Amino acid sequence: MTTSSTARLVTDPYDVEAIRADFPILARTMHDKPLAFLDSAASAQKPRHVIDAVSDVYEREYANVHRGLYQISEAVTERYEGTRDIIRDFIGAAHSHEIIFTRNATESINLIAHSFGRAFLKEGDEVVITELEHHANIVPWQMLRDEKGIVLKVAPITDEGELIMSAFEELLGPKTKLVAVSQMSNVLGTILPIEDIIHRAHAVGAKVLIDGCQAITHFPVDVQALGCDFYVFSGHKLYGPSGIGVLYGREELLNAMPPFMGGGDMISSVSFEKSTWAKLPHKFEAGTPAIAQAIGLGAAIEYVNGLGLAAIAAHEQDLLNYATQQLLSVRGLRIIGTAPNKASVISFMLDYAHPHDIATIIDRAGVAVRAGHHCAQPLMQRMDVPATTRASLGLYSNRADIDALVQALGDVEEFFG
Amino acid sequence: MSDDLRELYQEVILDHGKNPRNFHASDDATNEARGNNPLCGDQLVIYIKLDADGKIADASFLGKGCAISMASASMMTDLLKGRSAEEAQHMFEAFHHMCTGEGENVELDEDVEKLKVLSGVREFPTRVKCATLPWHTLVAALKGENEISTE
Repeated sequence: MTTSSTARLVTDPYDVEAIRADFPILARTMHDKPLAFLDSAASAQKPRHVIDAVSDVYEREYANVHRGLYQISEAVTERYEGTRDIIRDFIGAAHSHEIIFTRNATESINLIAHSFGRAFLKEGDEVVITELEHHANIVPWQMLRDEKGIVLKVAPITDEGELIMSAFEELLGPKTKLVAVSQMSNVLGTILPIEDIIHRAHAVGAKVLIDGCQAITHFPVDVQALGCDFYVFSGHKLYGPSGIGVLYGREELLNAMPPFMGGGDMISSVSFEKSTWAKLPHKFEAGTPAIAQAIGLGAAIEYVNGLGLAAIAAHEQDLLNYATQQLLSVRGLRIIGTAPNKASVISFMLDYAHPHDIATIIDRAGVAVRAGHHCAQPLMQRMDVPATTRASLGLYSNRADIDALVQALGDVEEFFG
Repeated sequence: MSDDLRELYQEVILDHGKNPRNFHASDDATNEARGNNPLCGDQLVIYIKLDADGKIADASFLGKGCAISMASASMMTDLLKGRSAEEAQHMFEAFHHMCTGEGENVELDEDVEKLKVLSGVREFPTRVKCATLPWHTLVAALKGENEISTE
């Protein structure tokens, strides 16, 4: 690849200012103020290395994949398929063909619900989720429940936002066919004990799906060591392009599962009487895929690997501690989600202002946060809040971002306090 | 702090937001509807009591929301009393135009002019629905619909 940028090599100590320079958008202003981007849990910004990789595909090497009998098509196919190897190594999968490209984690979960769910779950079978799931890991199971008569069970959490393991275990039984849980809450920041969850689910013969959307950006993941059956995440939260997501599934499961969508690229042969399916991974990838986006995701993983997830995690944890301390000094501020084991996300309430008013006011100070229900309405009900304001960290976040947030909350107090 | 923020959060809005008028349920409402803003999860219920002549005898609301939606609902319910459903519809159109610049520029009577303090939302496109949610819910209630959602 001949892009003008390279993935950064490990910097010791973690030089966040140098890292910020890799992200062109961080140099811009918002309302004439330096941008304090604290919404990476919704979607992360992109380093130059990713932007260049995507541009490079379009400028030098774009054609459809798996079809063309000419040099450019062969070259771009190699880069596209090579991304599977990068992802395999990144998450510790055994085979590249266990990496299925989707649009995003939502599509990955829907693929599992449609394919695995329709083929292997029957009336009365149970799917266990938790109270802190994103809508993407709730609604597909409700749709399957309405279609097939499966039973959806919800494991409760504490007021601090931790899964109550004893209650979770009580939900497991011979009818449990799938446990689908988030590895990290997008609202509370809680990191779930998924090793324990997987162990207990497997003990009753259930398969386990891990929603790794948030977790994958913050700490190393090894799907074989975890032993999970499915692992899903989105590219855009991992500093890659939007429109590309990943479904990891164990080979034997993916082989047993029927296709999700029909069309080109997923077939072996087609006649009007009968069609046969392509082998993994293409069985699950009908139609022209997100070619440049997949290659961009590969570049994003190269970039993250260059920094090292352990170094990223250490930096973010230090900043999370700083942010927590600073925010708790704001009058009337209450943090929602106080599990001891949490990462990179702080949801909070001010007792005198609504999250939407907070977000609008601090936007004018250049601070970007998310306000609302964060696609987790059942969790909002559980925590008894209509909405929260959420500041979330990325590998490029720094203390100045936090200071800008805290200062801008002073403006909110001026209006509403 | 920016001027458009001061324009948006005027004293009168902050006052209505903190101390909303007509903030209660109603046992004898003839019309009621629930309004949802799926973007933010804000919800409110509007209660309307129409008298025998079809005039609004009482209007109240309950709900959780931001300062803008609470102030808008508070001011709206204050202004509705004694007006016909037709007049209320006319007020909705005038208010909608004021907040979005869309539709016809409807003449406002003196009372409705008070709503102009909410027109600052025009500079905040993501907040327009906060101001208009109570009004959309009102229109639904008057039409006999039970629930609306701003998309």
